[in-house]
Amino acid sequence: MELFINQILAGIATGAIYACMALAIVMIYQSIDTLNFAQGEMAMFSTFIAWQLMQWGMPYWGAFIAAVAISFIGGIAIERILFRPLQGTSVLVQIAGFIALFSIINASAGLIWDFSIKPFPSPFGSAPFLGSQLISNHEAGMIVVTALVLAFLYAFFRFTRLGLALRAAATMPESARLVGINVGWMIALGWGLAAAIGAIAGIMIAPVVFLEPNMMGSVLLYGFVAAVLGGMASPAGAVAGGFIVGVLENLAGTYIPKIGNELKLPIALALIITVLVFRPGGLFGRVQAQRV
Amino acid sequence: MSAFLDVSDLRSYYGQVQALHGLSFSVAEGHVTALLGANGAGKTTTLRAICGMVRSTGGIKFDGRSLLGLSTESIAKLGVAHIPQGRGTFARMNVEENLRLGAISRRDTQAIRSDIERMYATFPVLKERRLQQAGLLSGGEQQMLAVARALMLRPRLMLLDEPSFGLAPMMVRELFKTLAEINREAKTTLLVVEQNAQLALELASEAYVIETGEIVKSGPAAEIANNEDIRKSYLGY
Amino acid sequence: MTVQDTASRRSTDPASVIGRRLTIERIASVLVLSLLLIAPMLVKTFIVFQFTMIIIYGIAIMSLHLLTGWSGQFSLGHSAFFAVGAYATGILMEHGNLPYPAALPLAGAVCFIFGFLFGFPALRLSGIYLALATFSLAIAMPQFLKLGTFEAFTGGVQGLVITKPDAPFGLKLNQDIWLYYVTLAVALLLYGLSLNLLHSRTGRAWMAIRDNQIAASAMGVNLTMYKTLAFGVSAGMTGIGGGLAAIVVGFVAPDAYSITLSNNLFIGMVIGGVGWLPGSLAGAAFLVLIPNLSEQISKGLAGAVFGVFIILVIFLFPGGARQAAQLTASWIRRLSGRH
Repeated sequence: MELFINQILAGIATGAIYACMALAIVMIYQSIDTLNFAQGEMAMFSTFIAWQLMQWGMPYWGAFIAAVAISFIGGIAIERILFRPLQGTSVLVQIAGFIALFSIINASAGLIWDFSIKPFPSPFGSAPFLGSQLISNHEAGMIVVTALVLAFLYAFFRFTRLGLALRAAATMPESARLVGINVGWMIALGWGLAAAIGAIAGIMIAPVVFLEPNMMGSVLLYGFVAAVLGGMASPAGAVAGGFIVGVLENLAGTYIPKIGNELKLPIALALIITVLVFRPGGLFGRVQAQRV
Repeated sequence: MSAFLDVSDLRSYYGQVQALHGLSFSVAEGHVTALLGANGAGKTTTLRAICGMVRSTGGIKFDGRSLLGLSTESIAKLGVAHIPQGRGTFARMNVEENLRLGAISRRDTQAIRSDIERMYATFPVLKERRLQQAGLLSGGEQQMLAVARALMLRPRLMLLDEPSFGLAPMMVRELFKTLAEINREAKTTLLVVEQNAQLALELASEAYVIETGEIVKSGPAAEIANNEDIRKSYLGY
Repeated sequence: MTVQDTASRRSTDPASVIGRRLTIERIASVLVLSLLLIAPMLVKTFIVFQFTMIIIYGIAIMSLHLLTGWSGQFSLGHSAFFAVGAYATGILMEHGNLPYPAALPLAGAVCFIFGFLFGFPALRLSGIYLALATFSLAIAMPQFLKLGTFEAFTGGVQGLVITKPDAPFGLKLNQDIWLYYVTLAVALLLYGLSLNLLHSRTGRAWMAIRDNQIAASAMGVNLTMYKTLAFGVSAGMTGIGGGLAAIVVGFVAPDAYSITLSNNLFIGMVIGGVGWLPGSLAGAAFLVLIPNLSEQISKGLAGAVFGVFIILVIFLFPGGARQAAQLTASWIRRLSGRH
C-alpha cells in the first residue's frame, strides 16, 4: 500500500512538471491556433542558462529567477521576431518555423554546452520528505513550486487588468481590438509567460532527468498528451491532464510488468492518437470549434 | 460646420473584391444617424472600415482627425465604441468581466468601478447575472451587455451593427428606448446600422440608404420615413 | 474526360513558349542525370558515399512531397518509417539471410503496410493535430526499437551491424561506388513510379483531397482509400530509403532515427518546394551539405546555422528550390528569347 501511495505522490510530482508544459503549450495554442513544437527546447535552453549562472557562482534561487526572467523576455522576442511575420501563412510554413526554432535551439545548446550529460542541483535535496518513505524532498519541492506558479497564474488571469486583456486577446481577438487591446502585444506576452513556465518546468525536472540538450523530448511529449487530454481549449484542463499523465505514467511503470517502463513513450503516442481520434474535445468534453 | 464623423469617397476591399464604391456621408455630433439598406449592401463593411478592420482608401475623419491607417485598437482608444454584428460578447467570461473589458483602455480605476455600478443600475438584469458566463445569456441580455460594454469605454461615438438582430420585438423596443436615453442624457453620438428601418428611423435624426456599396438616398429621418417610394424600393415596407 | 483534362488543355501556352520551356526543363534534367551518372568517377570515394546519402534522403523527401504536397497530410514522423525500413532490411539480411535485392522490396512492403495502417487513425486528424500525432510517432520510435523484448532481432541499444554487399558477378568495383549506382537506380525507378502515380487518377484524387476534402468526398473520391494509400506509399518509399541507408552505412541503431531526422526530412521538403519532386534532390543536398559547410565555418554550430538557413528560406524563398528553378528558367528564357 505504501508503494502505491508513494507512486501516486511521485506521479503528482512529475505530473506537476507535465502540467506546466501542457499549460505553456495550451497558452500559445489559444493565441495562435498552432502548437509550439519547440516548447521543450526552449525550456531546455532556459535550464542550461540557469545551470550556467550557477557555474558562474550565482546561488540557486538567484539563478532560478534570472533564468525565468530571461526566458520571459526570450519568449517575447521569439514571438515578435520569428512568428509574428509568419502570422497568416499556411500551417506548413508555421510548422517549418517551429522546426527551425527547434533545430537552432537544440544545436546552439549542444554547441555552447556540448551533449554530455550533466547533473543538475536541487535546492531541496533528495532526502526523504519529513523522513517518510512517501516522497523525496525534491518531489515535494516540485509540487510546491508548481502549486505556487499555478496560483500566481490563476490570480494573474482572474484578478488583474493585464490578465483579463490577455484572456480576451487569446479567445476573441477581434472583440479585444474593439475595446482597445493591442492583440499583437498580448500574444507576445503570452509567449513570454509560456516560456517562463517552461523554464520553471525544465529547472524543476532537470535534477531527475539530468541536463543535456535532448532532455525535454519525452517531457514535451507528455506535455502534449496532457494538453490533448485536457482538450486544448482549457488551461485548467491542461493542468489536470498533466497530473493525470504523471500519475498514470508512474503507476504503469511500477505495476505493469516488464514493458511498463520501457514502453512509456509509445504508450504516450497511443494515448495522443486515441484521444485525438475518438474524443477530440479531450477527457473533459468540450469540443474545440475550428476557427475558420 | 464640420461633421463629427466625416466619411468621404470611401472605397473598401475584401481581398480583390471591392465592397464599397466611394461612399460619402457624415454624422453630426450628438445626433443619431441611421445607415439603412438591404442585406449585403455594405452597411457592416462601412462600420468595419471606420474601425480600420477592412482595407480602405478615401477619407474617414473623426472630430477632425483622420482614422485611415490607424489600427483598430487605436481607433477604439480615441473613443469609438463598435458593437459588431452578433454583439462580439466575450462568451467565456462573466458579465462583470465583460464590463471590465469595455473599460480596459481606461486608467481611472475609481471611475471605472462607479461606471460599472451605473451600468448595473441602468440594466438590472446584468447585475443579477454579473457572475454568469456571458455566452449563456439570452439574446436580449447579451445585447444589453454589449451596449453596457460599449458605454464602459465612455465613447464619444458609438457604432451599432444591427442591434435588433435576433431579438424579440418587445426587447427591441426596450433596446431602442435605452439607446434614445443614452443619446439624450450622455449626448453620445450614435451611428446605427439596421435592417429594421422603421425603428431606426424613429430613433434617428438623419438617415442614409446604402445599396451595393454606395449611398443612394439621404436626408432627415422623418422625411425618409414618410417617403413611401423610398420605403418601398429600398427599405422593404 | 475529366474537368481537369479540359482545364489543363485550355491553359496551354502558345507553341513557341511551350517549346522553349520544355527544352529548358529537359536540358536541365539531362544535365542533372548525366552528372549523377558520372559523378562517382570524378570524386573521392568518401564523397561518393555522401552523394549516396543525398540520393537516399532524396527518396525519403520525395515520399514526403507525395504525402504532404499532394495529398495534403502532414508528417513529422517519417524518421519512424525510415527506421522501420532500415531495421527490416537489416533483420532480413542478418537474421533472415536474405540477399539485399530481396530484403529491400520486402522492407518496403513492410513499411507500406505500417504506413497504410497508420493512415487510418490519421484519417480523423488534420493540420496541426496530424503533425502532433506524427511528431509523437517519431519521438516514440527510438524507445520502441530499444525494447528488450525485441533485442534478439534488433540488437537493442547497440543496434545491428549489416554486411555491406559487394558488387555482383565479381566485378572489381568499389563497394561504395556499386552501392551508389544501386541507390541511383532505385531512386530513378521510384521517381518514375511517382511521376506515373501523380499523373494517374490517384494523383488527381490526392490533389482534390488536398485542396478541399469535403468537396472531393462529395464528388465521389474515396477519402479513406486514397488518404491511407498516400500514407502507405509514402511510408513504403521512405522505408526503402531507410533500407538503402542501412546497407550503405552498414549499421542500424535506435538513436540514429530520432525526431531530428524527421525534422530534417520535413525541412528538406520545404526547401525543395513542397510538391515538386525534383526539389527532393535540392532538399537532400541541403540536408547533407549545409551541416558540413556549417561545421567548417564553426565546428558544432552546424545545427544553428542550419536552422538559420531554414528561416532564410521560409522568409525569402517560400517556394523553395522550385521557386529558384522557375526564376532561373525565366531568366534564361529572357536572355535567350526576347531582347
